[in-house]
Amino acid sequence: MSSIDFLFQGIIKAFELIFSLNPYIISITGVSIRVSGTATILATLTAIPLACGITFLNFKGKQALITLINTGMGLPSVFVGLFIFLMIVPAGPFGFLKMYYTQEAMILAQYILITPVICGISLAAIKAVPQPVIDTVYTLGGSRKDIVITMLREARFGLFTSVLAGLGRALAEVGAILIVGGNIAYTGSVGGIGEGLSYTRSLTTAITLETSKGEVSTSIALGIILISLVLSINILANFFQRME
Amino acid sequence: MHSELIRVQDLGKSFGKRVVLKKINISINEGEIFALMGPSGVGKTTLFRILNLLEKPSEGRLFFRGSELTGGTICENINARRSMSMLFQTPCLLNTTVFNNVAFGLMIRKVDKNTIREKVMNALIIVGLEGNEEQKARTLSGGEAQRMAFARAIVYDPDILLLDEPTSSLDPANVAMIEEIIKRIRHERGTTIVIATHNIYQVKRIADRGGILLNGELIEVNSIERIFEAPEDARTKAFINGEMIY
Ligand SMILES: Nc1ncnc2c1ncn2[C@@H]1O[C@H](COP(=O)(O)OP(=O)(O)OP(=O)(O)O)[C@@H](O)[C@H]1O
Ligand SMILES: [Mg+2]
Repeated sequence: MSSIDFLFQGIIKAFELIFSLNPYIISITGVSIRVSGTATILATLTAIPLACGITFLNFKGKQALITLINTGMGLPSVFVGLFIFLMIVPAGPFGFLKMYYTQEAMILAQYILITPVICGISLAAIKAVPQPVIDTVYTLGGSRKDIVITMLREARFGLFTSVLAGLGRALAEVGAILIVGGNIAYTGSVGGIGEGLSYTRSLTTAITLETSKGEVSTSIALGIILISLVLSINILANFFQRME
Repeated sequence: MHSELIRVQDLGKSFGKRVVLKKINISINEGEIFALMGPSGVGKTTLFRILNLLEKPSEGRLFFRGSELTGGTICENINARRSMSMLFQTPCLLNTTVFNNVAFGLMIRKVDKNTIREKVMNALIIVGLEGNEEQKARTLSGGEAQRMAFARAIVYDPDILLLDEPTSSLDPANVAMIEEIIKRIRHERGTTIVIATHNIYQVKRIADRGGILLNGELIEVNSIERIFEAPEDARTKAFINGEMIY
């Protein structure tokens, strides 16, 4: 069998797996969406108020916080994974929480990874609102609260983009969730492939495992789903940018 | 018989070492159209921003309806600020529809929806933009944008309207339109209007009184007739005759 045939057959089988709604594949997709979606919601709820605070309030250590956020935007995910792992292993300081190898640990890891991303992009979006907008709100009789609301409204497309960037990073991330989630699936074969249903196995971590096992068509199927998700997010982000 | 709306007393403003305004004294009477003239860069916008409490004066005092505006910060004096309105030299359009832009001042005053609709439509008719209310503000032409900003400034019936060179970038048709609107607003609502301009013909057409700002000082404040027929200061004459080299 030539390598082209090999790839071709892998792709055909991958589509079969996707369109037959293979339970293993579906459960993995479900875990990815649930974990990354939850992490994105929580990160948004932290990052956007934080960005507002940094923009509109003056406090001590503001510059240090901005530096921290900028550093956080490029934080290596394996580092975050290792750090959380050490915190939540049974012998670690937060071992009593029993978060070790759970979806909650994965959510926590992604939350830490993407909060700086969403915050950093939001900050830039709010900062990009021109100064005359502030003057205009004041001159029309606005209070400080009206300024904040108007600035956020003016920056809305940038804010949506920041959330989508966070979600994109969360979905595509491997290192941290591999370490803290453990890439676990329940045993027992479903639909002839894999090990059963995913517990802490995401699209990315499953791809690493299935590829190393030589299950190329399963990897390709997972890859197609992952790329479709990330692509739709980017199309959406692009759409928001064009709306401005 | 004139009641004084705004009084500026010994007002000065510097940016760092650069002194822009020195010992400015003016009072603006209720219902008049007052023109602030002066060459570019002399500090007209700066004075307007101080009157509108967007900027703090470096020295001097500011009175509105006889009571002093203390501190000059934006958060205080909200009542005084809410009875004023300023049209910027370059209008700033909020990224939403024409309707929402014009309605802004009413929305933050928590006016009810029906009244908002009625007042916004009325203001749009005054500036000749009826039918454009659902258009995105950023797609308006320059002249339309300026007229929309005008509607936004008058929609909540301010007692005083500060117009910072409202026509300097417009074509003659739009200039005529804006001048008509200014006269109409004053006539129908008795709004006090202060207009900054370097167009002396415009001043002649619409203003009652005027002041000339030169090198940071207000060299003359007088009725328009006096300024054009018999100015007190020789520099005023040079300015209006266009002989002033600046
Ligand atoms: N925030 C600021 N910081 C420093 N300098 C300033 C600031 N604002 C204004 N200036 C300076 O003050 C001077 C007066 O500016 P201003 O905008 O009031 O002039 P103007 O009379 O409105 O001019 P124009 O007719 O061109 O609009 C200018 O030299 C300007 O550079
Ligand atoms: Mg100016």
